Amino acid sequence: MNASPLSARIHNGILAISAFIILVVFPTLNAMGIIEDFTLNLWGKYLCYGILAVSIDLLWGYTGLLCLGQALFFSLGGYMMGMHLMLMIGKLGQYKSALPDFMVFLGHSTLPTFWVPFQSFPFAFSMIFLIPGLMALVFGYLAFRSRIKGVYFSILTQALTYGASLMFFRNDMLMGGNNGFTDFRTLLGANLRIASTQRLLYISTAILLIIVVMLCKWLTRSRFGLVQRAIRDSENRVLFSGYSTANFKLFIFVVSAVIAALAGALYVPQVGIINPSEMTPEKSLEAVVWVALGGRGSLVGPVLGAISVNALKSWATREYPDLWLLFLGTSFVLVVMFMPTGMIGLPSQLQALAKRMKRKSTEP
Amino acid sequence: MNPKPILLAAEGLNKSFDGYKAIHELNFYLDEGELRTVIGPNGAGKTTFLDLITGRTKPDTGTLAWDDSKHDLLRLNEYEIYRLGIGRKFQTPTVYTDHTVMENLILSLAGSRGIFHCLFGKTSSNQLDRIESILETIKLTSHAHRKAGTLAHGQKQWLEIGMLLAQDARLLLVDEPAAGMTDEETHRTGELLLSLAGKHTIVVIEHDMTFVRQISQGRKVTVLHQGQVLCEGPVEKVQNDERVIEVYLGRKSKAA
Repeated sequence: MNASPLSARIHNGILAISAFIILVVFPTLNAMGIIEDFTLNLWGKYLCYGILAVSIDLLWGYTGLLCLGQALFFSLGGYMMGMHLMLMIGKLGQYKSALPDFMVFLGHSTLPTFWVPFQSFPFAFSMIFLIPGLMALVFGYLAFRSRIKGVYFSILTQALTYGASLMFFRNDMLMGGNNGFTDFRTLLGANLRIASTQRLLYISTAILLIIVVMLCKWLTRSRFGLVQRAIRDSENRVLFSGYSTANFKLFIFVVSAVIAALAGALYVPQVGIINPSEMTPEKSLEAVVWVALGGRGSLVGPVLGAISVNALKSWATREYPDLWLLFLGTSFVLVVMFMPTGMIGLPSQLQALAKRMKRKSTEP
Repeated sequence: MNPKPILLAAEGLNKSFDGYKAIHELNFYLDEGELRTVIGPNGAGKTTFLDLITGRTKPDTGTLAWDDSKHDLLRLNEYEIYRLGIGRKFQTPTVYTDHTVMENLILSLAGSRGIFHCLFGKTSSNQLDRIESILETIKLTSHAHRKAGTLAHGQKQWLEIGMLLAQDARLLLVDEPAAGMTDEETHRTGELLLSLAGKHTIVVIEHDMTFVRQISQGRKVTVLHQGQVLCEGPVEKVQNDERVIEVYLGRKSKAA
């Protein structure tokens, strides 16, 4: 982007102010009782979606990889956190058993071996990185080594998340089946059902979002970012510039999977539930729409897209539940047709338009 | 000790596409430091030959050996071949259109292509000096921060040659550098290539005979026809060769 120093400074100023509002003002107002707990919790959810959107932008906007399986990594992160939260319920569940309720219901008497280490938070925390990261590594390795590109990559990632959701729907997977995990009580000893804990989770999400955006800014501005965008624009040429594009794509795919997983891990204790419907292809597609609406290839745009679309959704599904999908579809079509740079590109688009109008009016 | 080691040796190369023999029993030897021009009518297999060398396509049979047979190019992929020092300028200028001229050159700089290096590596002042001098050579200094996509056709051609220079390749494969250029630009391109001769080994594919005469200057010219070497020699000899006249002018000359 060829932003002049002044507009770049304005841009950074707006970013800093937004970060301050999200990170400091909102939680403070909540602690003072001005912002309702429900609203702050809702915003915590939006910010998680914002992080997910950035992870998609990193792939789609910057590398040209339209991944339709990002909801899978988001959910996997959520499930890893969920497993720990399920075990932290202890004997407070419906069945008063040390086992998670759904296991009692399915007739289990002992905890399955792979569940046991999730009693430790550090273990669960590392799994949030490892499981989605490894999954992306293996899938990405196979896909990129076979030079699967473009729409074929999109279809494969969609199939991957669909397949995973079918697996998680099965009860004998021992991951809660179609009900998933819910009824969480504590995290690291803190009661999840009180406002102060939820506020801390909100703040953690805001911090993660800011870190992720800054990390991605740095990443895309390094020489790595140059290669990334070169791959997006002309992958073959990059091969003939001596870069192993498969390795670059694999790296960014894994990074983006881990970012999505972290967002999912923070999402679950705030929303209080995780089930396989979170990893269906529709969820991935919805997130792609946020990115397109907000403006891909800009990092901030996708966050804006995720927050505004979900805020609109919260309102529209309450007021006009039947019309919501029409709303979403129409705005998607309009943005794709008239705003190729999304919401974030609107100011410069208007500027260009004004300039053209001016020129027209001064011309005889 | 061979004073002029064979840099590239192609033997018995065959490549067909759906039964069409683009390359047929091709033998081709290139000495280190040579400036070789390859000419031939359309469909003679010139570009396909470059595709084979750079790993874009693999031949059906034959061998391609690099640097006195130290490396077998057929076992390497595109970026590994590039890393041996084989750079290519494509027939239609292929630059990164959304990157600035400067960024195009930075991407092409010789040096590590690893992910770690790309994340944490800084462009050194030496490299910036190098880019500066390349920009001067290709006359794009004042356009350094323009997006490459907005350059004129000839400038894109030059930028791509600049990218080869940044790479500091041992072998430059230059596919129709003068295509779409004005006479003056063509002449300057010729001078640029001549100034590089000796420092690099260069293969130039070209149609424009004025240009070929300018750069070959008694050096060897190879004529390809139907995927085979038809004849080799200085441009005067080649131009007067019966068979060359025949393939260029058609069967008429035989009848006459």
